[in-house]
Amino acid sequence: MTLLLEVEHLSQAYTLPRESLRRPAPVVQALDDISFTMQSGRSLGIVGESGSGKSTLARLVMALERPSRGTVRLLGQDLHTLSPKALRAARAQFQMVFQDPYGSLDPRQTVQRIVAEPLATAGTAERSMQRRRVAESLEAVGLRAADAARYPHQFSGGQRQRIAIARALITRPALIVADEPVSALDVSVQAQVLNLLADLQRDFGVTYLFISHDLAVVEHVCEELLVMQRGRIVERGAAQQILRQAEHPYTRALLAAVPEPPQSSVVQ
Amino acid sequence: MLLAVDDLHVSLPAAYGPVQALRGVSFTIERGETLGLIGESGCGKSMTALALMGLLPEGAQAGGSVRLEGRELVGLDDAAFSALRGNRIAMIFQEPMTALNPLHRVGRQIAEPLRLHRGLDAQAARAEALRLLERVQLPEAARRLDAYPHQLSGGQRQRVMIAIALACRPGLLIADEPTTALDVTVQRQILALIAELVAQDGMGLLLISHDLGVMAQTVQRMLVMYGGSVIERGPTAEVFRHLAHPYTRGLFAARPRLGAGRGGRLQTIPGRVPELADLPPGCAFAERCGWVVGACREAMPPALEIGAGHAVRCIRPQAIAANSVVPADGAEA
Repeated sequence: MTLLLEVEHLSQAYTLPRESLRRPAPVVQALDDISFTMQSGRSLGIVGESGSGKSTLARLVMALERPSRGTVRLLGQDLHTLSPKALRAARAQFQMVFQDPYGSLDPRQTVQRIVAEPLATAGTAERSMQRRRVAESLEAVGLRAADAARYPHQFSGGQRQRIAIARALITRPALIVADEPVSALDVSVQAQVLNLLADLQRDFGVTYLFISHDLAVVEHVCEELLVMQRGRIVERGAAQQILRQAEHPYTRALLAAVPEPPQSSVVQ
Repeated sequence: MLLAVDDLHVSLPAAYGPVQALRGVSFTIERGETLGLIGESGCGKSMTALALMGLLPEGAQAGGSVRLEGRELVGLDDAAFSALRGNRIAMIFQEPMTALNPLHRVGRQIAEPLRLHRGLDAQAARAEALRLLERVQLPEAARRLDAYPHQLSGGQRQRVMIAIALACRPGLLIADEPTTALDVTVQRQILALIAELVAQDGMGLLLISHDLGVMAQTVQRMLVMYGGSVIERGPTAEVFRHLAHPYTRGLFAARPRLGAGRGGRLQTIPGRVPELADLPPGCAFAERCGWVVGACREAMPPALEIGAGHAVRCIRPQAIAANSVVPADGAEA
């Protein structure tokens, strides 16, 4: 097992619009001194409510913005000190899947171009090579190689999320950051995508940083769990352990609020 | 009887002729009763709500009958529907940020139906708006009357939406995924609030949701929709006990459950939801069903009564009841 990700003393503050000329602009502390590590092969779930800092954390780990303080190290490399060129090359190691499969795919590009984009960014420009890799990636997520010639609007929501996953997978990254990847999907489609994520972890050795508001979904995908509230970590540890015996009152409140249908004797 | 929907059909114009969005939906709601409508995208849940509200898309044709407090709504003109909407029948939408007007203070938005339908003057409407905000338990209600929607949190905005819906004491409240955009702890508060208000005012509630857990906790009876028709109906506890229709069973099994552990495979429903334009003549679920036989594809299955108030549109309920598992997965979509 290797050390995949080290996040140390990570903080992020955003300045809000000024409300008065006489007072300084208010500042919101979106992340407040977060530290954790991830080992390869052990996916980490991050849960918390809106405003807890989950998505800010995802953007910082993806090096989409610079933190106010702290470091993010992926496979030993400090992402926020890399030059733009070195960062582009390093992106082959970490990719992202977004929540909204309608907003995250460019409607005017073919699936071929969408899925090949991370390869092109990483410098693999040769066309025939790109075509072959796109075909492999599409087949790995249960689509057909011929789908590369089509456009996003020709696919259902679940299929679009598969395209987004194929795009993330194409550089064979060590880490995939998935921000609410199934919450826009119907229940039956969500189950298919969650099974796919599990297969890819097994077959390609990817590890997920999996952000979700749904504790049952996180439990299904992740070994480790981190609970956030107002920019801080309130509880962390093995997912099973926390979900069975939560220590922090906030985690307990989250667990208690999940509406569960009654157990049924006719299924399982 | 508060609401009686009988054999409701809706057809929508499409490039290759009309498509049937609703194919004979029937149900009733009594005063004080809570009814849930569950199903996945494209099954007809929201179309049913829009038909009740008189908000069907341009060119849609409605047939059958919808009687609210004894009055027929199908075929009503726009002016007559406008007099009913927000007055006798009110709706809470999924996304309170887009349902509220961002340019108006919330007090004014709550006052609007009061002035329009009940003819209150500005001062009386404002006083009533304050009382409503207090009723939906919005903290610091008096100060919030002058707030804009963006100054409120998601849960607070949904409370404002509920206040607007309740303003004219409607007979029927329709809530379309009212908590889907909210955090779980806020969801719980909002559902409790809706249930409490419905009980106090003796309203009928039609709750639309894709979440089985929300249904189980909130409604007395539920309808499961698929392909534009109701494929299972019954008291909530009975529906969960029997999961009589293969689709209901598939939905239940596909849901990851808390405490189930990691790594197991989720049951999936093979294939995907059919397009409304090419629904098969028989059971709409036949292509995805593990129990399918030839007769399923011949005609739409009739609703079979399998318990008190519990009915299922399936011709093989005994075969399904005898099986404790969902048949193995086919190809995934």
